[in-house]
Amino acid sequence: MDENKKAPEFENTIVQIETSELLAKAIELKKQGRRLSQACAAYCEEKLELSYSFADDENFGLLTLRLVLDKETKVTSISEIFPYAAFYENEMKELFGVNIELIEPDYKNKLYRIREEAPFLK
Amino acid sequence: MAVMKFIPTALKNLFSKPVTTGYPFEPAVFPERARGHISIEIDSCIGWGMCVKACPLGALTVDKLKGTWEINRFDCVVCGYCVEKCPKKCLSVQTGYQTPGADKQKALYTKSPEVLKAEEEKRKEIVRKAAEAKKAKENGEK
Amino acid sequence: MKKRSIVPYGPQHPVLPEPIHLDLVIEDEKIVEAIPSIGFVHRGLESLVQKRDFNQMVYVAERVCGICSFGHGFGYCEAVEKIMGVEVPGRAKYLRTIWFELSRLHSHLLWLGLLADGFGFENLFYQCWRIREKVLDVLELTTGGRVIFSVNKIGGVLKDVDEDMLAAVKDMLDKIELELKPIVKTFREEKTVRSRLDGVGVLTKQQAHDLGCAGPFARASGIKSDMRKMGYAAYGELDFDIITSDVGDSYARCDVRIGELFQSISIIRQAIEKLPTGDIAVPVKGNPDGEAFIRIEQPRGEAVYYVKGTGTPFINRMRVRTPTFANLAGLCETLKGADYADVGLLILTIDPCISCTER
Repeated sequence: MDENKKAPEFENTIVQIETSELLAKAIELKKQGRRLSQACAAYCEEKLELSYSFADDENFGLLTLRLVLDKETKVTSISEIFPYAAFYENEMKELFGVNIELIEPDYKNKLYRIREEAPFLK
Repeated sequence: MAVMKFIPTALKNLFSKPVTTGYPFEPAVFPERARGHISIEIDSCIGWGMCVKACPLGALTVDKLKGTWEINRFDCVVCGYCVEKCPKKCLSVQTGYQTPGADKQKALYTKSPEVLKAEEEKRKEIVRKAAEAKKAKENGEK
Repeated sequence: MKKRSIVPYGPQHPVLPEPIHLDLVIEDEKIVEAIPSIGFVHRGLESLVQKRDFNQMVYVAERVCGICSFGHGFGYCEAVEKIMGVEVPGRAKYLRTIWFELSRLHSHLLWLGLLADGFGFENLFYQCWRIREKVLDVLELTTGGRVIFSVNKIGGVLKDVDEDMLAAVKDMLDKIELELKPIVKTFREEKTVRSRLDGVGVLTKQQAHDLGCAGPFARASGIKSDMRKMGYAAYGELDFDIITSDVGDSYARCDVRIGELFQSISIIRQAIEKLPTGDIAVPVKGNPDGEAFIRIEQPRGEAVYYVKGTGTPFINRMRVRTPTFANLAGLCETLKGADYADVGLLILTIDPCISCTER
């Protein structure tokens, strides 16, 4: 395929931030009119990696905030800023055992009706 | 907005032939590529076990010495990855589904006695040759 | 305060094709709040990625769901290809586009049928599924599978399509375009249908944005978002518009999906016209090392794939964020204030695919 036929590149970056910065960054991105595209956790080498992806519908950008933390570290929920983040955060909490505080609404391990607690944390 | 918009279609259907096939009275027709089940030409299998490693579900077992190839049809989803990986191309995806059976069992394929005998002799030959070579080497060293 | 009661809805319910459970807080016959819970078909496929090598995982990823299966395999392949820097040949890109649009066709036809079934129009339901059968036949002819195709692999596709098959696809498109006309007319003009759909479960544009909705559900509320416009696979070279509606009620969602049926037909025709010749796959060496986010447009909306490789054949993490998961918040919002009798219909209008959602 020749050069001009290639699909155009869109913003798709991962920025590592501190746990305490998350709320401020989320507010900033909300003001830019972005929406939370997804949030997920990964467990790698005894560390939890949290990814919050914010999508820009105007120009197809995707900015991912990356938090690297220990199992015990507490994270404050962004569900006050993005209400639907509650689903993603409950999912992280139930599947990976991430210590997320102040989720509204907190489903208390009842979003996923599974028997095992934190099955992906291995 | 109107009512009874669907009447012509419904009436047309009432007086037309069914679109379904009258299986089992009429045979089911499969296109050439349809993934029905995995089959094997067991005599050309060399028992490397590439298919066993490839199978995402662990439905296959191979025994090189006994010359057997076993598939658990209940686990197999006919993805065709074993067929792609087979070095001798003795595996293939066939159209048509398996006939139902009375009990749950694995399908076992064994090589024909002639092929097994030939392989056994070949192995013995290799062992003999290796022993000879070893002897020759030892003699040479002396 | 009026008396409130909680009605459990699902996981087994005649209107639900898949298990989702909702606790409905109702006041008389009006829904005050809906609390969803999922996980009845949670299989932990995301965790299986650590035990299967990355080539095998294509087949597992495809089996995340039975209806949007091609999209899952495709999204996973795109993510791994992006990590490994593999450029897929042009013909493979076009074939992927054709199959993706065919799967969108059959998914939308399935949804239209289920919707008709949801409001009790059995005959219309069978009409939609009869047309869908033609799409499935063509898919079986070209790929070998009716809903799970197993044609993707890292670096391209496994099966090529010859002229006869392309002719069969074109022939099928002409046929279903004709057959769709009376069906679409019924959906758009029949009074009994419209009375069940008009003004039910309205979601405004602002609400849809605030709740992070995706896909036809968001487009029906006027949000112009379609990941196909990012130009992955061959979509960058094909001509199509984003179909939106400003109304945001159940009928708008139906209308948008009907529009997308004809859009898909047009995209497939264009792709067949432009289908280049050449290889269908490139050889891939090495193991994925790195991470990538990929967004694609599934029949149900934007899906996000995240793959994190560690340089071994086993991938550390695969994440599938499915459109239904994003639309759960929107669903709970539309349910608020709805009649109890409309609940089944409203759940259907987001086109729920629960098996994808739970993985």
